[in-house]
Amino acid sequence: MITTEIKESIQSKLGNFVIAVEQHYDFPVYIVKKAHLHEALKTLKEDPELNFHFLTTMCGIHSPENEGAEFGLMYQLHNMPNNWRIRVRAFMSKNDLDVPTVSDIWPSANWQERQEYDFYGFNFTGHPDLRRILNMEEMNYFPMRREYPLEDAWRDDKEDKYFGR
Amino acid sequence: MAVNIDPKNTPPGYEGQGFFATTLDKAVGLGRANSLWPLPFATSCCGIEFMATMGSNYDLARFGSERISFSPRQADLLIVAGTISKKLAPILRQVYEQMAEPKWVISMGACASSGGIFDTYSVLQGIDRVIPVDVYVPGCPPRPEQLIDALMQVQEMARNERRDYRQSERYQKRLEKYGIE
Repeated sequence: MITTEIKESIQSKLGNFVIAVEQHYDFPVYIVKKAHLHEALKTLKEDPELNFHFLTTMCGIHSPENEGAEFGLMYQLHNMPNNWRIRVRAFMSKNDLDVPTVSDIWPSANWQERQEYDFYGFNFTGHPDLRRILNMEEMNYFPMRREYPLEDAWRDDKEDKYFGR
Repeated sequence: MAVNIDPKNTPPGYEGQGFFATTLDKAVGLGRANSLWPLPFATSCCGIEFMATMGSNYDLARFGSERISFSPRQADLLIVAGTISKKLAPILRQVYEQMAEPKWVISMGACASSGGIFDTYSVLQGIDRVIPVDVYVPGCPPRPEQLIDALMQVQEMARNERRDYRQSERYQKRLEKYGIE
């Protein structure tokens, strides 16, 4: 369980990387600037006291209504010996989706970053092999962005006339 | 030697003591219809229902489909049971192309026939967008009885197929619609 002291010690170690701290359910969420993302995550992993050695998961965020910070990335980290779990977030504008890769810090980020590229189109700079992982390679858009219809565009049997609308 | 053939499926012909004469088309059709080797392309819950159909309760073997072929090269009947994602579509097509003629396809269940509930960017909206389908089985998933009925319809097709149909221009045109050589 993560205590207030630990939360504060993490914050002091991250220093001025942190813009804001939030609490989502059991997770302290540290919001950092994208420019500091790599350094902050490296500190969290390599600092012997913090020791967030496991990247549980990461995910992309697309909120088109947040102008200037439409896209975001969330990293969920785990310190297994102490069972501390935290999240780190960074937001960016839709015109600048270059994000430094963390696959050099956690090798498991390799495929997870490929997934975020596949669904949101983040460009992970320094990634060894950034290509689609789940969708077919011919796909020419990023389906989890909130700018495409959920329904399949090929479908021709769901026209209103078939439903008497 | 007595041959046990259901009289109602016996083709018309001349019968005498110890012989039975019919057209070659009908004799070949009889053989094909009663030894369809299915290839299950089972990707989800319809596959489980297919297994039930194969099991002793429903016993697809009664219809001559005893031998499930897990190689497309020895299969006559492709049973596509389950959701086919767009990424899987080229593989399904390759499996279909690897099957030797004559071949039939059953599209089992809502997902294989139309994408079903998965009306989304990643799912193929019906396998008939990539391969020709002979029999569609509705249901989510269909009951084993429905699959048996579909198999019997394929048997009916096989029984009545003209011997030269697979070489015919009509059949070539059908394949061309799907871009298959």
